[in-house]
Amino acid sequence: MQQVFKRPEALKDVQTHFCPGCHHGTIHRLVAEALDEFGLQKRTIGIASIGCSVFLYHYFDIDVIETPHGRAPAVATGVKRAKPDSFVFTYQGDGDLAAIGTAEIIHAANRGEDITVIFVNNTTYGMTGGQMAPTTLLGQKTSTSPYGRKSEKEGFPVRVTELLSGLEGVAFAARTAVNTPKNLMDAKKQIKKAFQYQVEGKGFSFVEVLSSCPTNWGMNAVEANERVGREMCEYFKLGVFKDTAGI
Amino acid sequence: MPKIEIDELRCKGCGLCATVCPKKCIVLSEQINNLGYTIAVLDEAGGACVGCALCAEMCPDVAILVFK
Repeated sequence: MQQVFKRPEALKDVQTHFCPGCHHGTIHRLVAEALDEFGLQKRTIGIASIGCSVFLYHYFDIDVIETPHGRAPAVATGVKRAKPDSFVFTYQGDGDLAAIGTAEIIHAANRGEDITVIFVNNTTYGMTGGQMAPTTLLGQKTSTSPYGRKSEKEGFPVRVTELLSGLEGVAFAARTAVNTPKNLMDAKKQIKKAFQYQVEGKGFSFVEVLSSCPTNWGMNAVEANERVGREMCEYFKLGVFKDTAGI
Repeated sequence: MPKIEIDELRCKGCGLCATVCPKKCIVLSEQINNLGYTIAVLDEAGGACVGCALCAEMCPDVAILVFK
């Protein structure tokens, strides 16, 4: 009997702090599988952000730098320029990347830094208690929009992947989800593609992954998983938005 | 004969594995693990596991290993 599914080597065999059904664990595994596939574990420097993604260094068996809130792309820029032979990726949530870190991500992308960004969008601030994020959907109730987000007061949810696709410096940009096996397989493919861009030195690559946050959405794991397909995929369309090298 | 192994110390009982199993052979049990979660178990009464690994792919905690 042969083992057909096992834990990737780049992922430590430890218990995570994520809530039941949280997609962070799934996305961690997909990133670790991509690191394994390209044999990058020894020369990878992961850049962790602030949020539930903060414990990257506990869960990945790679070198990790923990950065101040939103500054992961700036730190990644420094690491990649100082050590061009290293493989550098950031792993950021929407509160980190799309709110406090907007300046950093836009300018790192516009400069076409040779790094990869994994952007986990769960439409809320997960770690701090479910506050409204720039990506919160209209009508969505959060602890700081108890009557639902309204466009007149709080504006519209930011589509970060489309926004970055418009920049010349971006080589690859895609949005994926992990709510169904089909979407998950596609997410795996796009993360590997993004890594390949950096391995081949082809420039800035960006993958957004839609994720659930059962606890802050006030749902159980299965309901939250369904919401990703029902509501999030409607507004945040999945697909490859930019693929300059056509890998 | 394909089979899966669910690590009961890692399972958080989210049930995502059960929603994607084509043979409906994973069920949430009443067994409680050391973290207080009711864990998923393999129950092949309705249909045997075919080793498709969809459950393992969906599991956010990498708690399922698949053998074929």
